[in-house]
Amino acid sequence: MVNAGDMNGSGNLMDFLDEPFPDVGTYEDFHTIDWLREKSRDTDRHRKITSKSKESIWEFIKSLLDAWSGWVVMLLIGLLAGTLAGVIDLAVDWMTDLKEGVCLSAFWYSHEQCCWTSNETTFDDRDKCPQWQKWSELLVSQSEGASAYILNYFLYIMWALCFAFLAVSLVRVFAPYACGSGIPEIKTILSGFIIRGYLGKWTLLIKTVTLVLVVSSGLSLGKEGPLVHVACCCGNFFSSLFSKYSKNEGKRREVLSAAAAAGVSVAFGAPIGGVLFSLEEVSYYFPLKTLWRSFFAALVAAFTLRSINPFGNSRLVLFYVEYHTPWYMAELFPFILLGVFGGLWGTLFIRCNIAWCRRRKTTRLGKYPVLEVIVITAITAIIAYPNPYTRRSTSELISELFNDCGALESSQLCDYINDPNMTRPLDDIPDRPAGPGVYTAMWQLALALVFKIVITIFTFGMKIPSGLFIPSMAVGAMAGRMVGIGVEQLAYHHHDWIIFRNWCRPGADCVTPGLYAMVGAAACLGGVTRMTVSLVVIMFELTGGLEYIVPLMAAAVTSKWVADAFGKEGIYEAHIHLNGYPFLDVKDEFTHRTLATDVMRPRRGEAPLSVLTQDSMTVEDVETLIKETDYNGFPVVVSKDSERLIGFAQRRELILAIKNARQRQDGVVSNSIVYFTEDPPELPPNSPHPLKLRRILNLSPFTVTDHTPMETVVDIFRKLGLRQCLVTRSGRLLGIITKKDVLRHMAQMANQDPESIMFN
Amino acid sequence: MAACCGGWVRLCSLLVLAAVVSLGAAAKNSEDVRCKCICPPYKDHSGNIFNKNVSQKDCDCLHVVEPMPVPGPDVEAYCLRCECKYEERSSVTIKVTIIIYLSILGLLLLYMVYLTLVEPILKRRLFGHSQLIQSDEDIGDHQPFANAHDVLARSRSRANVLNKVEYAQQRWKLQVQEQRKSVFDRHVVLS
Repeated sequence: MVNAGDMNGSGNLMDFLDEPFPDVGTYEDFHTIDWLREKSRDTDRHRKITSKSKESIWEFIKSLLDAWSGWVVMLLIGLLAGTLAGVIDLAVDWMTDLKEGVCLSAFWYSHEQCCWTSNETTFDDRDKCPQWQKWSELLVSQSEGASAYILNYFLYIMWALCFAFLAVSLVRVFAPYACGSGIPEIKTILSGFIIRGYLGKWTLLIKTVTLVLVVSSGLSLGKEGPLVHVACCCGNFFSSLFSKYSKNEGKRREVLSAAAAAGVSVAFGAPIGGVLFSLEEVSYYFPLKTLWRSFFAALVAAFTLRSINPFGNSRLVLFYVEYHTPWYMAELFPFILLGVFGGLWGTLFIRCNIAWCRRRKTTRLGKYPVLEVIVITAITAIIAYPNPYTRRSTSELISELFNDCGALESSQLCDYINDPNMTRPLDDIPDRPAGPGVYTAMWQLALALVFKIVITIFTFGMKIPSGLFIPSMAVGAMAGRMVGIGVEQLAYHHHDWIIFRNWCRPGADCVTPGLYAMVGAAACLGGVTRMTVSLVVIMFELTGGLEYIVPLMAAAVTSKWVADAFGKEGIYEAHIHLNGYPFLDVKDEFTHRTLATDVMRPRRGEAPLSVLTQDSMTVEDVETLIKETDYNGFPVVVSKDSERLIGFAQRRELILAIKNARQRQDGVVSNSIVYFTEDPPELPPNSPHPLKLRRILNLSPFTVTDHTPMETVVDIFRKLGLRQCLVTRSGRLLGIITKKDVLRHMAQMANQDPESIMFN
Repeated sequence: MAACCGGWVRLCSLLVLAAVVSLGAAAKNSEDVRCKCICPPYKDHSGNIFNKNVSQKDCDCLHVVEPMPVPGPDVEAYCLRCECKYEERSSVTIKVTIIIYLSILGLLLLYMVYLTLVEPILKRRLFGHSQLIQSDEDIGDHQPFANAHDVLARSRSRANVLNKVEYAQQRWKLQVQEQRKSVFDRHVVLS
């Protein structure tokens, strides 16, 4: 993150190399920002610009530029996010195929691109051409047979290991913050937490480069979550170019919310879904102004990606489906079953993954991150290669599962027994009995499903960029397709049963297994992340099928209900709790009857509150107090006897002010008295020079009385974004409640471990 | 606006990349468009795929499927089953993107090898025994950038460009070391 120290605009070329000077107003790492102060600083800045704009034309133009800077930032974010997503897609496409072979005419082409101009492709083998050769053909000139298979297998594993090892080494050496999904940390950052370097330039570069490597290595992870992190890094980078955003942490978070929307938009090709995802999942405060700007950023990003055109046919995402066959009310029953499956799988995944991540955090497993990545990659590659459904990339698998079987498909999944006398046009093929290829595909899919369920638990959370949208959708799509084929065959062979009789006549096209795959994918994704509206919107923007909203909603609602019955947290909230971030969730309800006195510090038996007095402490006393305690701030009272509250002073600002005063002001020594009053009194002539610190005092700290119910206190913290709140009784200061105390109290009330809250 | 030149340089290079990519998308190769017709099996003819380099208005069965495998009266029935799609790609974009990606990856790998293997050897030769005494103190620190602290202390006095660059680099190394400690060692963030 760029510090505020080098934002001056003057100075020579090498200024950016100097260490930034921390001035009053920046925050320390791993601390929470003061939302109210940021908001009031922004209002002050805006008022100053507005009043100056009436002075001259140049000032007026400057005020216009300031107003438009928000839109310029959104435009730049959209352009960069779209470009990076296009680069990632093209590079993943190429590197995934590199594990299996190489294009001899031009090495930068993937398999499909290599055979694009070839005339050798046949109906059954659409990707065959002489320019593309598998590794066995290249090295030992054999393409069939046991030795060719073993050589291909071996080289597949070697390439996967090579990519994964490179990725984890790059992450370890250059940008350790680039690992993981990024969404839990971004949620925490957007709620007001500071993690310096998390959205930095090196993190951006390394995350982009290593994301391509890990997706190409065949590991069971996706790139959607990391793309949100990449987009937020772009947002942070562009907002640091404009002082309106770089100096104000609250405004910067508006830009980051919009950048997150752009990230999801390019990941799924779903601009509206991206905005809703940012609103529902990622953002903390989402004013209406941000809604419109997020939409703009998401649209620009989607448009940029489309103009780069990574998939060659102006589609944004790999699994765009085009069928519009209707669905029937009786099919809601299997859709709801898929929703239940999605909810159960989500619960299972969250519990197992959190248990495994906790083990990684606390035992010796966490000391060998590189070895862990290599072992998991080796296991994934060894088990994935024999099954054709896991050998190819997960996006291609989902695309094939979503597709309807027309007459033009020749894959094993579409190996139905055709009626030779059939004369129907292309997209109205009736239900047919399954051929042997379909049965083979069914058990291969079942094995792939079990494998993916198990391996994703161990993959998500390793020290490489990893997302989990695509693996969840793959699990759901496989389950859905199997259910769909089952229902289709049931309808074909038993069309005289009462449930099928009304809507499925023989010779009609009733059941579309591809739709079941889509519904299954939505159910599993909803079960894991607990998204609601944004999930449905993303799914129908992905597929273009507005008529499928009702099945998608039914499955999403069912999976959320089933999953919520077992635990209230989605995967991202669970990871936030695992890391102990100070995230006060807006979705949690606090319904206990405790009062502010039960939570405030100091409790009975603890040391009394460390306070500063307004005119009776010397500089030495203040410095001793700061050195002996590690509180983030100190209340200022009138005197130790009458503990009437004046204001609140932050630790960091005290330290900086005292250091500045000692260096710059004459006469300030350790015996000087510190005054927080407006006008220090007249002193006798040979007393040391007083130190006036009224300007760093916050004169309006938030206070509640001791009988305020905790419900109200939690609400205040949540809605205003407070860091601490003072407790008074009849005007006298009693104690302090910090955000950490609130979180610990909530954890205690929910019977969780209150010591797991780590940050303030 | 900030004079963060590193940021502007990066912005300019990214804009150049974007311009090149979009230029590449505009400058179409004649090889980059095609009409692809997929025809399923019909009677005793097997399924076939036909590619031809025609414009979008000519992209249909009659123009693309040559030679027609079925005799005259069956052509219409055969063509009804075929599906023709117009596709275009940009080979220049693909080439530029892959080559730029591979060069960035190569540069990062070289820098990583330099930082982890070459630099400690060079520093050891330059500073000799005093370095060895200091490195005995933090014996567990076998990670890259382990000597960032003392280099920082040494170079704080001089103030020319090269030393400024080295100073910035050492500061960056310290930051990365802190991040690595939080993530990998203490498991405080991102576990």
